Amino acid sequence: MAAPPLSVKGLSVAYQKKPVLRNVSFNVTEGELIGVIGPNGAGKSTLMKAALGLIPSIAGEVLVYGKPYKQQRKLIGYVPQRESVDWDFPTNALDVVLMGRYGHLGWFRRPGAKEKALAMECLAKVGMADFAGRQISQLSGGQQQRVFLARALAQDAKLYFMDEPFAGVDAATEKAIITLLQELKKQGKTVIVVHHDLATVQDYFDSVLLLNVELQAYGPTAETFTQERLQQTYGGRLAFLDRSHQPSSPAGKEG
Amino acid sequence: MSEFWILLTGSLVAGCCGILGVFLVLRKMAMIGDAISHSVMPGIVIAFLLSGSRDSLLMMLAALAFGLLTTFLIQMFQQSGIQSDASIGVVFTALFAIGVVLVSLFARQVHLDQDAILYGEIAYVHWNLWELGGISMGPKAVWLLGFTLIVISAVIGLFYKQFKLCAFDPALAAAIGIPVALFHYLLMGLVSMATVSSFESVGAILVVGMLIIPASTAYLLTERLGVMIGLSVAAGVASTFIGYGAAVLLDASIAGCMVCASALLFVAAFLFSPTQGIVAKKLRMRRLAS
Repeated sequence: MAAPPLSVKGLSVAYQKKPVLRNVSFNVTEGELIGVIGPNGAGKSTLMKAALGLIPSIAGEVLVYGKPYKQQRKLIGYVPQRESVDWDFPTNALDVVLMGRYGHLGWFRRPGAKEKALAMECLAKVGMADFAGRQISQLSGGQQQRVFLARALAQDAKLYFMDEPFAGVDAATEKAIITLLQELKKQGKTVIVVHHDLATVQDYFDSVLLLNVELQAYGPTAETFTQERLQQTYGGRLAFLDRSHQPSSPAGKEG
Repeated sequence: MSEFWILLTGSLVAGCCGILGVFLVLRKMAMIGDAISHSVMPGIVIAFLLSGSRDSLLMMLAALAFGLLTTFLIQMFQQSGIQSDASIGVVFTALFAIGVVLVSLFARQVHLDQDAILYGEIAYVHWNLWELGGISMGPKAVWLLGFTLIVISAVIGLFYKQFKLCAFDPALAAAIGIPVALFHYLLMGLVSMATVSSFESVGAILVVGMLIIPASTAYLLTERLGVMIGLSVAAGVASTFIGYGAAVLLDASIAGCMVCASALLFVAAFLFSPTQGIVAKKLRMRRLAS
């Protein structure tokens, strides 16, 4: 059997002695869309960053297609949280997408006509071709997110990590992202997505990974995304999920 | 002839500082530039004490060492939980103070003028000549700055895409295997070099102005990184010429006038930039309102 796209064994991460991830292990199945779900501070982004080697882990091993991450960088695409960069940076949408090619260009080569054509293609796939020359601060939040996705596409990877791509985007962008995820899945790519909106989990993902410092559950959405498991993950702070038992009163989750 | 050398020296300072300043401003590290420009002082003094002369190469190496030490210490304090602005403040004032103590202890023996380090004296640049086999090759400062400018242009030119991605999105840079820490130290090393090459002419304090102000002016005027670098250098060179002219008219400090001119250009950009200027914004608002 071929090595799984991502294999995490006993991963632990701590910030200044406080554990953020404790002994997390799982294997990802190729060609799936995987949602990473958990409350704030559960270590969802940390899991991604540690898997990518962006932050040091205190224990554990991460293998990408059977080899350490450092040997497999070109197989991986990464979409950081949109707020993690300064959108006032003097550059345009096309240029940001071109950054996705930097890893393939090596130390000295600069992006040329071939890279530009590819970047334009990627922008077109997320419906942003008309905005290629637009200064990035003049894009809406959703458009910025789509530029980030186009950049990940330009990385031409087999395994994608996306950190909250749906956070604060408009309906059109949400739809564009979902179409794109389906497209990637059709091409046999594996996508791991940190996700916040529990209402859409069942529609979007093949598998879910429930996380709260420790791995709570991981498996096919139908079996894993259950009331009981969610209560366990969120520590009983999830009253609004009781869709079947609760009348849809406006009281909602604010209460 | 002195006029020519002063303007050339000032323009070279503007070139070195203008290029690096862009990356400092974009990475929100303007204050680290400030810190480095001050904390290279003990390095300069120690090099001076060791060699007994203003031997440029040794000074450059000592300043480089202290610049990198500053960067390292600031980062170490930050990572152990001290606020970033506080750790910058602690490191550079402490190192600068060591420099001040050293100067006051040994200045009489080695003839190193405290004022010259702090404020520089670009007017004397053409008196300190480099002689090669009895032939005068022109002012030392020009050679030193020219060399620094070539190094800076070469390094930034060669690794432009790395510096750009490290400034815009260090997480992606690290994820695709760019050694982010290496480029951080490389940039800080270049800033140390630029500072020590410039300090003789504009001084350790005003060099910060040449690092940060023209880059901030350029930031207001363009939306392309490459253009921003060009405009930053241009703003610095323009400040040199305007500042020198003003200094001659007023019979005032040349370096001081240069940085004042640079500040004036910044204010002009702040008010009248076609995209981000206050006036343009007001006009757009009015048009929207009517």
